[in-house]
Formats: sequence, C-alpha cells, structure tokens
Amino acid sequence: MGKITLRKVNKSFGDVAVIPGIDLTIDDGEFVVFVGPSGCGKSTLLRLIAGLEDTSSGTIEIDGRDATALPPAKRGLAMVFQSYALYPHMSVKKNIGFPLKMAGMDAAEAEKRIANAARILNLTSYLDRRPGQLSGGQRQRVAIGRAIVREPAAFLFDEPLSNLDAALRVSMRQEITELHQALKTTMIYVTHDQVEAMTMADKIVVLNAGNIEQVGSPLELYHRPANVFVAGFIGSPKMNLIGGSEAAKQGVATIGIRPEHIDVVADGPWQGVVGLAEHLGSDTFLKVEVEGVGTLTVRSQGEVRLRHGDRVGLAPQMDKLHRFGADGKAIV
Amino acid sequence: MARATTTRRKILTTLAAWTVAMVIFFPVLWMILTSFKTEVSAVASPPELLGASWTLENYAEVWQRSDYPRFFWNSVVISIGSTLLGLAIAIPAAWSMAFVPGKKTKDLLMWMLSTKMMPAVGVLIPMYLLFQQLGLFDTKIGLVLALMLMNLPIIVWMLYTYFKEIPGEILEAARMDGAALWNEIIYVLTPMALPGIASTLLLNIILAWNEAFWTITLTTTKAAPLSAFIASFSAPQGLFYAKLSAASTMAIAPILILGWFSQKQLVRGLTFGAVK
Repeated sequence: MGKITLRKVNKSFGDVAVIPGIDLTIDDGEFVVFVGPSGCGKSTLLRLIAGLEDTSSGTIEIDGRDATALPPAKRGLAMVFQSYALYPHMSVKKNIGFPLKMAGMDAAEAEKRIANAARILNLTSYLDRRPGQLSGGQRQRVAIGRAIVREPAAFLFDEPLSNLDAALRVSMRQEITELHQALKTTMIYVTHDQVEAMTMADKIVVLNAGNIEQVGSPLELYHRPANVFVAGFIGSPKMNLIGGSEAAKQGVATIGIRPEHIDVVADGPWQGVVGLAEHLGSDTFLKVEVEGVGTLTVRSQGEVRLRHGDRVGLAPQMDKLHRFGADGKAIV
Repeated sequence: MARATTTRRKILTTLAAWTVAMVIFFPVLWMILTSFKTEVSAVASPPELLGASWTLENYAEVWQRSDYPRFFWNSVVISIGSTLLGLAIAIPAAWSMAFVPGKKTKDLLMWMLSTKMMPAVGVLIPMYLLFQQLGLFDTKIGLVLALMLMNLPIIVWMLYTYFKEIPGEILEAARMDGAALWNEIIYVLTPMALPGIASTLLLNIILAWNEAFWTITLTTTKAAPLSAFIASFSAPQGLFYAKLSAASTMAIAPILILGWFSQKQLVRGLTFGAVK
C-alpha cells in the first residue's frame, strides 16, 4: 500500500511561505512526478512527505494514517537522493543492507533481500566494493537498491539523475520506469526536467512558487494546459505564447501554439524571416521573426532546406490553438 | 639554466627548513644530550659537547629516587581519560552545532573559544577551593574533569569543523533508512569523521599530557602526573641540570614517541578540509 494524502500542507521559513498550502492525493502504485522550475518548492514538498522537514501546518496521511508528526524512519518511505548519499565507509552490500540492520532484521532474511536487490539492479559482482570504486550509474543503482530492500510504502526520488551524463540519464530513466512496472509501488519523483516528467509519469504535478498549477497525465498537460505557466513549461521546444493584436483577433489576452502545430507554407497568414535553423535530421527547428507577432519556434518534420535570412510563410493549425484569458487561465 | 636555478632553490629552501627545525628542536635536543652528561659536564662553560663525559647515571638515580611508573600511570589516566570524556561530550555537541544549528550557535562557539583566551591563573583560587570542598584535590578523577573542561572548547571546535565537511544528505539518508539519532551518530557520522576524531584525540592527549599549570597546582603526591614529576626535580634539591634533564626526557619520551608515530595522522587531521 502507498496512498499519500496532503491536506492544506504549508511550509514557511520565518515570514516566507515556501509552500503556501497544498492539497494533493497520490494513489497507491502511481508514478507521480513533481516538476517545476528551480525554487518552486518541489524538493521541499518531497522532504515534507519524507519527514526531513516539519510542516508549518496541514496534515500528511500515509495509507490513511496521520504521519505529519512521525519521524522519517517511522513513515515507511524510502528516498533516493540527488547526490546518491551512499555511506562511503561501507561496502555496497552493507550500504544496501543498512536499512535492514536498522530494522533489526534477521541476518538470513537480510542476506536474501540484499541478493535479490543486487540481482534486480545488476550489482551482484560489485557487492564487496566501496561506493568510491563505482561509476555514477552504479552508485545510483546502489542508492536505489538501498531503497528497494525495505519494501517501502512509497519511493521518493529527489532529482536522482541530475548528476549523470545525458546517455546514462536516458538508460537510468528507463530502468526506474521498468522498476516501477515490476514493483508496482508508489513512486514520487522530483525533477526540473520536463522530458523526464513526460516520459516517466502516470501523473504530473506542475509546481510554481509553491503552488500546484495543474495535476494530470502527461498528455493531458500537453494537450490541455490549464494556464499560461503550464503551457510554457510542458513541451519541448516550448509552446509559442503570443499576446497583443494577434491574440486580440481571437478575443483573448494570450494565444499559444506549439512549434509542431505551425506549418511552413508558401503563403501563410504570418510572414517572417528565418533567424536560426537547427537541422537535427529527423526534425528541423526554425526560429522565425514574424512582424507584429515576435519570434516563433517552428518544428518541421524531416529536413527542411531553409537557412538564416530566408523568408517563409507560416500557418498555425487553428484547431490546435490554445486560448488564455487575462488571468492566464485557459479558455476552453 | 632553469635546472640550476631549481637545484639552488631546492638547496636553499632545504637549508632554511633544517635551520628552522633545528632552532625549534634544539632545546629538546640539548635537554636529551644534557641528560647523558655528568653534573659537572652539564654546567661547564663554555658548554661541552664532544669532550663531555657521558653517563647513564642520571637515569639510574632518577629512577631510584622517585616512583616514575606511578607518575607515568597518572599521566596516562589523566590525559587519555580527559580526552575520552571530552570526546563523549563533544561528539553530540558538535553534531548538534554542525547539523541543527540554532541562531546563537556561532556566538556559542566563539564564546567557548574565548574561554581559552582567559589566563588560567584568573580562576586559580575558585578552582582550588572548589576542588578542596568537593574532595577532588589530588585525585585523578578531579584532574580528568579539570583537563577535560580546559580542552573541551578545542575538542568541540575541531569536531565541529570536521562534521561540517560531512554532507547532510548522508545523515538524512540514514534517517530515512530507519536510523535513530544514536545509530546515525554511531554508524554513519563517527566512522565518516574518524580521521578527524583520531587527530582530535591525539592532539588532546598531547595537550593534556603537557599541561603543567593545573596538574601541578591541583595535586600533591597521589594523582601527580609527569609534569609534577619534572617540577619535583627542580625545587627541593636545587638545580641539578643533568638529573632534571633526565627526568624531563623520561617525562616527554612517551608523548614524543606517540607524536612521532602519529605525525601523518596529526598533519592530515589538522589540514583536513583546508583543500577540497
């Protein structure tokens, strides 16, 4: 079991409310990603759930039990840290077995669990090594191993992949997703990388300045962003947000159109000059300066033979246009 | 040309280093040499070196005339006891200052350090009276307590500096792994800070061993350590330099040997955290 409910959770440092008040339910077995820009309070929220920070007010329930005042050890949660936080003086085996030792588990059962975790994470041949003798990816796997042996109610991941190089990040992302599918345990994952959020999550929680901007599945957030912030944050490259007279034509304060929903045509409603063309092979990203609109990012499939200074016509797919009111909220 | 300059520089710096080292070490060396001379040779003017008459008699006489093993044992108990007791108090104190600091932690640390700047003689009378009233005068436990309190600011400061180097996330990980506070300190913090704790231990044993003011003032015979042993050779019998030197050599030898064998650990501990 691993249902976590937050009710009006508030965290203030002095007069500054980092988390003004959050209500959120995370269902058993869900993979939930907290995403948002740096300083949005996502790590603080995770630490509140972990018990590493005390709430200023509000309650945190784990499996229906009020855990607000419980110390971290009593919450039945396991955490994987950004810096791995392995014990440098212990072997891999002792690192993975540490939570079991603290729980006073009998040695034979502990041995079995350590062996099992090592097998799942391909660490069997490294059990006698110290963390200092492992690569970044292996260290992260040890940290995950230390979390899974306890069979916790939920796993908490605090930006676990940010210290890894790009290639390793992709493969570890896949490993964590597969681990979730195998264990079916609740996972809460904090990241500032929206690609990680989109590829891993069942449910994404977009945070901004300590408030939840939107909760939903990755595609829900992509197709139906609740406001300008989510529209701009989710999706890569970012959605084009246009104000002024173009938005006024639609009777709204801001319109949004994703780069992949703008077609390059000979004679479109928008005329512009190519500022930058990035040729990725599979796609071409164009930065086009459009008069009266501003700089738009356009994503065209395949190789588009355009260069800096070329004039192009652009046509937005009108059915894919997002409309936002003066308060920033989406108009459906 | 470049090589010549480098070699010359090397020779000069080596010479300079040896000169400084010899200036610092000379009194100790002279004391050791004097301890092997006869009393006449020890006070000869100009000082004798090659022509001196060498003897082991001073050691034999010092050994016969005093109970060296008892003084030695008192020094061991007092220096190790006060250091271990100090560590037992300072580890939790430094933990809280490093990992859960309050608003006044820095002030508290500065205040603790400032007590080391006060001349010891300023509290001589109150300490003397307190020790007499509490029955601690001339007892090993009394000296253990006194020296522990004297050195506690240094122990806390050193440990605080080492603990600050340990990433908080590792302790948080231990907490998440179910470690209660004591387990966190015993299984994670202490082993990680072991090099620092070891040098704190060594330095404080040396400080306590060399302490003379309180050990001489607060003891007479029963609990007197080696510092009092040296002092006993200077006053009552007049100044017999050769015997005094032999007694002093016997008093500092154990700590000199300890320092020699642990110099790597001491230097490493004292420069710990200076370069990341």
